[in-house]
Amino acid sequence: MCSESEIMHLQVSKLKKEFGSTVAIDSVSFESTKNEFIGIIGRSGAGKSTLLRVLNRLTTETEGKVFAGSINILELKGSEKRQWQSQCAMIFQQFNLVPRLDVITNVILGRLFYQSTLRSTLRFFTKEERSDALDLMNRFGVAPTALQRAETLSGGQQQRVAICRAMMQNPKIILADEPIASLDPLNARLVMEALQSINSNEKIKVICNLHTLDTARTYCDRIIGMRSGEIVFDGKPSELSDAKAREIYGVETDEEFEASITSTSLNKSDIGIAS
Amino acid sequence: MCPKKRGTLLLLKKNYFMSQNAITIESLEENLKVLARQRAIYSVLFIGAIIFIVVSGVGVANQYNAGSFTRGVENFFDYPADLFSDAFEAGWGWFGIVLSFIPALFETFSAAVFSTVVGASIALILCPLATINLSPNQVTVQIVRRTFDILRSFPELVFALILLYLMGKSIVPAIIAVTLHTIGAMGKLFSEAIENIDMKPVDGLKSVGARWYQIICFAVYPQVLPLVLSYSLLRLEINVRASTILGFVGAGGIGAYLTASLQWRYGDEVLAIMFLLVATITALDYFSSYVRHKLIGKISA
Repeated sequence: MCSESEIMHLQVSKLKKEFGSTVAIDSVSFESTKNEFIGIIGRSGAGKSTLLRVLNRLTTETEGKVFAGSINILELKGSEKRQWQSQCAMIFQQFNLVPRLDVITNVILGRLFYQSTLRSTLRFFTKEERSDALDLMNRFGVAPTALQRAETLSGGQQQRVAICRAMMQNPKIILADEPIASLDPLNARLVMEALQSINSNEKIKVICNLHTLDTARTYCDRIIGMRSGEIVFDGKPSELSDAKAREIYGVETDEEFEASITSTSLNKSDIGIAS
Repeated sequence: MCPKKRGTLLLLKKNYFMSQNAITIESLEENLKVLARQRAIYSVLFIGAIIFIVVSGVGVANQYNAGSFTRGVENFFDYPADLFSDAFEAGWGWFGIVLSFIPALFETFSAAVFSTVVGASIALILCPLATINLSPNQVTVQIVRRTFDILRSFPELVFALILLYLMGKSIVPAIIAVTLHTIGAMGKLFSEAIENIDMKPVDGLKSVGARWYQIICFAVYPQVLPLVLSYSLLRLEINVRASTILGFVGAGGIGAYLTASLQWRYGDEVLAIMFLLVATITALDYFSSYVRHKLIGKISA
């Protein structure tokens, strides 16, 4: 399909979200024209998750605009809004699968937008949908678990199932909200590599919240640093100096700042197959 | 006045400190004994007071009633004795009587099953509308909740009497009455269960672009299904009893036979019907606990 190979032009302008009196994100603007792997870094509560949830329309913005191509997706309603959501896949920290359904059904649920209510509630899935799901599950190494309940899988497996579900949507963009924050280092690496391969093979734009600096440096083409709801850095990983990182993470200047203190260690040596 | 007061105060203080310092096991035992004695005295007084109230109450009742309370008590035990002697006289034929009531029991039982299945299904379909976390808007929540309240607040008997008056004597009014009450009761329980679900799968499916009812079917119902089945089985027991009782007021089934037999004082028949009812309820109880355990086992596995 040619629509998939088109790179989405995403433009976020002056986006703001308030929860009561607290400002979660404040006049956030950025633009992404080419296929890239964007990492958003910052401390907990910096507004990273809120930003992604607003982009997917899970949370309603207070003000601002988000253009995908020429359409302001924040103004979409009803089925057009759901169509945007189907193109904008989301991956969550806690996987957000349906625990009591089997893995293959969970993956096929990624196509719900394309299925009529009656067909889906009767669980009448086509052979094509099942074979697409199985292809994805083979690719991300969860095919052997296809008929198990999702709740019986390990965290790393569940997150890969969630990636399969996201890919079932045929998305134009993937938003990953701290996808590796509750995984061990080895599974974290598998998940990040899966996202990277999707980004480079399918040319799907990935925006990924991370709270570790070294992960962002390893996998991202572009890093956006957020602090207290505002963007304080936007550039290539090589441009991110220690001073900037200190500013993002709010570490006092006299303290020595090391990237590794934000880390859950993704260096290959650390995963350490003991010699 | 003043020095004396100071003296007592000082004494109190001294005692206080002394007791503070000297809590030994002996003094503790002594205190416990005192407490126990006090408690025993209060209990005796309390029981005595209750006996007095009951006895004097019975006396008052005897004065006003035509028959005496004691004669009532005698009759109370006479009647079961009559039942058993009647059944004994029937001999082996009693089992034939038991069998002869099975079609009537079946009528009552199927009425209960029907109203449980239909009532629980309607409640399950409506209840997402009554939950704060999932309903499209708050007005709907209030409307659906109040409907459940109204359906639940009238006893089945009230619905049944009205419907019997309108529709004539048959099992249908009983089915409708029990179904309506089931919708109200189950709707409340189901919607409370849904308010406690994990919302993460709901968010997950929302992010995919799923419709509201697709989210309910795939992210909500699977989470509450064991509870729904468990509540429905419990409700089936209640509904068997309810539809029996409705037979008393003319809604047919085994309840109708029971009233007739009671009025004609056919002890053997009354005992046969009671035996069938107790057996049914007990069997249901075993069945539902078996199913529940199966379900829970499945969840924990």
